[in-house]
Amino acid sequence: MFERDIYTIHSTYREDMHIKGFQFGKGEKSACIVGAARGNEIQQMYICSQLVKTLRELENNGCISAGKQILVIPTINAYSVNISRRFFGVKEADINRSFPGNDYGEPADRLTNALLTEIRDYVYGIQFTSFYRPGEFVPHVRMMETGYQNASLANLFGLPYVVVRKPVPIDTKTLNYNWQDEMTAAFSVYTNQNNQIDEVSARQAVAAVLRFLKRMGLIRYESHSGYISHVLYEKDLSDVHTNRAGIFRGKVHAGDDVRYGNEMAEIIDPYDGSVRETILAPTDGIVFFAHTEALISEKDIAYRLIHRLHE
Amino acid sequence: MIESIISMELPAGEHLAVRRNRICPETETKGCRRISLVSGIHGDELEGQYICYETARRVKEHPEYLKGIVDIYPALNPLGIDMASRTVPRLDMDMNRMFPGDASGDMMERVTAAVVDSIIGSDICIDLHASDIFVREIPQVRLSEDFAEALLPYAKMTNADMIWMNATATVHESTLAHSLNLLGVPTLVLEMGQGHDIHRSFGNQIVDGIFRIMSEMGIWEGPEPVVQEPAVSSDGEVEFIRSAVDGVFLPLIEHNHYVKKGDLIGEVVDPFEGTVKQQIRTERGGLLFTLRAYPVVYEGDLLARILTE
Repeated sequence: MFERDIYTIHSTYREDMHIKGFQFGKGEKSACIVGAARGNEIQQMYICSQLVKTLRELENNGCISAGKQILVIPTINAYSVNISRRFFGVKEADINRSFPGNDYGEPADRLTNALLTEIRDYVYGIQFTSFYRPGEFVPHVRMMETGYQNASLANLFGLPYVVVRKPVPIDTKTLNYNWQDEMTAAFSVYTNQNNQIDEVSARQAVAAVLRFLKRMGLIRYESHSGYISHVLYEKDLSDVHTNRAGIFRGKVHAGDDVRYGNEMAEIIDPYDGSVRETILAPTDGIVFFAHTEALISEKDIAYRLIHRLHE
Repeated sequence: MIESIISMELPAGEHLAVRRNRICPETETKGCRRISLVSGIHGDELEGQYICYETARRVKEHPEYLKGIVDIYPALNPLGIDMASRTVPRLDMDMNRMFPGDASGDMMERVTAAVVDSIIGSDICIDLHASDIFVREIPQVRLSEDFAEALLPYAKMTNADMIWMNATATVHESTLAHSLNLLGVPTLVLEMGQGHDIHRSFGNQIVDGIFRIMSEMGIWEGPEPVVQEPAVSSDGEVEFIRSAVDGVFLPLIEHNHYVKKGDLIGEVVDPFEGTVKQQIRTERGGLLFTLRAYPVVYEGDLLARILTE
């Protein structure tokens, strides 16, 4: 393993922020794995740390394929991690909305430019990231529909679902989009937590990445086959909106099966405890996303469902 | 008449309501023209609050001159303004990256869709912004090159000091102005002053411009304010000056002044060592139209912009 600094930010009042990369193997830039871009993506950073640990063991056992190089960057925003802020600096820049950046721009633009310059030549790019909407997801691989996306490759992670999203303008500033623009096969992996560690889904994510690296011939590693992924288009998910606001009492979780008419959640009046609304499943399906915050507003998305395909 | 264009329930006994004041002429309104003034998409930008107030005040002072409809929306992001938050509280998202919205989407998608829907039908819209808390700006119109031909005649009437035409970044397609321009409502973006602050002189200057536009469109038949001819620039004529080091920026020049090549406009200092880390000098002469107001800087932070001669 070779540890190196990819970019450094200086502050007058804090120690320097180093973006640290952990390199395994030598040769072709084969796979790059990036963790926390936001300060609350602790699960994402944890998963990368576990990958560094496992890849170091594999390398010590001679299990990194000859002529292949793998780079893991657990966080690109340690300053925000250390103060539990999602965004970077006093201007609160969203690092994952600052790509491709430029070398004569704002601090966040310089960071993303330097990072992308370093990682643009990798064949495969994997990012652990989070969605702006707080809640839990079924673990899945997400790809932008850029015309360069390859859902068949995404199947090789062996996670239950691959989700293809048609990009809106704001998505063009993400690492995933810009990696694909640089012809890297880019995948975003979502697990069901951000600022809490969920060991089960973290292990699932580590296993998925190792499975992918093995199937691409980058490591020698014994792994289970995982799932045969189902490819979904984000637009085909059914959103379940609330009609009232209040305290959210969820009764189903990401991954649960629901039947038409099943009770999924209640919205409670925060003053008198009465039930303002009972949310019923509008269709048979599997819960893909579940709101988990205590509060919810009118018309917020409480759940996203995958329509049941077959018994 | 104050009316809510959309009202959404919040968890603990309150509604997120976007309100507008519709001021109609004393005479028949059928077929008359309409101007919309919008502000407060970013809750830390307050300059538009004075402009909304002063426009409403002047109209109400002489209702006999009003021949069209004036719609005033001071706070498109009311929770943000109340908390001086640039983004939408709880979501932490920039509202001006959510347009045109979705009438069947989540709460904020419905809010942005309702805003667009209510402004459609206006003959012109003026989207009032301040700078953020980090830099101070002179009154200026920001125009996308895509719509410059249609908007430039109106932009010249705003009484702004400057019109800055720049290329459209893809991300700008999510802004209110872009959405409205695409939907056929000519929409100007005005920017001035500084976040968390109001400069009455800038506000009065732009209110004069608004009445000039209203006169031109037949919405106002009162005395027509005289407006200045703004400088018109494109990206190539603007010099960006950024900090090469981290430290504390101390300006040595007033904002909104002409500078010569080589002028010293400020220093970045180290408060621990008592040393000057960088002297900031201009590469080209011109109007210093942007000047940093927030002192602490990282490498790359914007210190000044010059409209070069």
